[in-house]
Amino acid sequence: MAVLIYAEHDNQHLKSETHKLVTAASKLASDVHILVAGSGCSEVAAQAAKIDGVSKVLLADHADYEHQLAENISALVVELAGDYSHIAAAATTTGKNFMPRVAALLDVAQISDVIAVESADTFVRPIYAGNAIATVQSSDTKKVITVRASAFDAAEENGAADVVNCDITKPLENSAFVSAELTKSERPELTAAEVIISGGRGMGNGENFALLEGIADKLGAAIGASRAAVDAGFVPNDMQVGQTGKIVAPQLYIAVGISGAIQHLAGMKDSKIIVAINKDEEAPIFQVADYGLVGDLFDILPQLEAAL
Amino acid sequence: MKILVPVKRAIDYNVKVRVKADNTAVDLTNTKMSINPFCEIAVEEAVRLKEKGIATEIVVVSIGDKACQEQIRTALALGADRGLQIDTADSLDSLQVAKLLSKVVAEEQPGLVILGKQSIDSDNNQTGQMLAALTGMPQGTFASVVEVADGKVQVTREIDGGLQTVSLSMPAVITTDLRLNEPRYATLPNIMKAKRKPLDVKAAADYGVNLTSNVKTLKVEPPAQRKGGVKVADVAELVEKLKSEAKVI
Repeated sequence: MAVLIYAEHDNQHLKSETHKLVTAASKLASDVHILVAGSGCSEVAAQAAKIDGVSKVLLADHADYEHQLAENISALVVELAGDYSHIAAAATTTGKNFMPRVAALLDVAQISDVIAVESADTFVRPIYAGNAIATVQSSDTKKVITVRASAFDAAEENGAADVVNCDITKPLENSAFVSAELTKSERPELTAAEVIISGGRGMGNGENFALLEGIADKLGAAIGASRAAVDAGFVPNDMQVGQTGKIVAPQLYIAVGISGAIQHLAGMKDSKIIVAINKDEEAPIFQVADYGLVGDLFDILPQLEAAL
Repeated sequence: MKILVPVKRAIDYNVKVRVKADNTAVDLTNTKMSINPFCEIAVEEAVRLKEKGIATEIVVVSIGDKACQEQIRTALALGADRGLQIDTADSLDSLQVAKLLSKVVAEEQPGLVILGKQSIDSDNNQTGQMLAALTGMPQGTFASVVEVADGKVQVTREIDGGLQTVSLSMPAVITTDLRLNEPRYATLPNIMKAKRKPLDVKAAADYGVNLTSNVKTLKVEPPAQRKGGVKVADVAELVEKLKSEAKVI
């Protein structure tokens, strides 16, 4: 049997979550197909066709799919589901939005936020905000799963799969897109960045986040924040790393003025190397940091920028 | 318009989670239980819609054993009008819960169903979307703003990279994100009043829903602990270590 993966994209670019999803899917079955649903997204399909291990790309290109709303995307996926043993999407806000609908319409359970694949029917996933790790087995005929992409390595792009048009149209009937307000940034996205520098309540205010920018520019890093910094109004919520924000696992994570609440650790503790900069040497962040530097961040950040 | 708010009894968010020694589940004996925080936000949003004159009645439903009446009473004290406990001793999966709720939707005919986006125990983030699919309703998940006008509900959703606003015909399903509102505290007079509000109990078995799940938990383990590393003296030492030891820059 085969796995159907839902491609994560913005109609122009394929996102790296998809490459990681392919790695997870290749542990489930040998035949991996990717569905690219969107509008004017043939470039995305061409890129998806290059991912190693992908044998077919299904392209559903229609104006009704432009914003990937849950109501018709789930209907499309259900109609394609017949041939597949597994249907997988990244545990992003897109995947989390439509996949449970797919599962309910197929009358099967969904396994959310998979971080490891033990076998074709057994999966590992965090529960209680990552304070416990459950291994679950599904006896459903089709497995519907969302995958925490940061837990898997990205597949390379050396392939050349066929792109097949699927002309299934599912009009939107009772929902409509109104508007989107997306943060514009020259920097990499948090969930895709190799390096992340995050600020916490210790930054003092929103303007001081500028101190992180010079360092981020030198390291090609994304800038994140703790929930405390978001709740204090320093920065917008989409910068939040943590249990209720983004789950990240970069090569290098630099936590600046972040105490290390469980909430935050749940979102970044799988980073390869963690650096903590905090003036409180008792801060819990030092218990998970590979390298800790105790001191005033307002002294340290300019020095760090100069040293890089 | 009637609003249905399903709520879940879950471990209190301040409690430190411990895994049982036999690795079968999380240890919940003598643990403080509360209304799931996202569900509390859902109740608050419904109460605000009633205070604005948009909603006329708020029905709270919880699925579980008798203990979950405590969470229904909490919601009633916050301003909901009546409660329904669907009695079952089993801990159900999202699909079974969504199926039971779809029966309640058929009975109650609400204009909106507002749920928390996920519970802080199983962290599934599924029930609202599944309920929407089973009832054919549109959905506005991870809501940070909800506005009802002209028979439609406009929901601003927190998505990766920013915000998205959708317009939904009603009836519709909404799931709440953290920033939708800050729930009020129940006042003592309202807690007393809540005790006299109606609370029905129905057996889960009477809804004619297959309550068996096809997902089995094989084991539950504590997460691998990350070990702390070393303290460095200054920026020069930090940069040196990142370059030569960790090789990440």
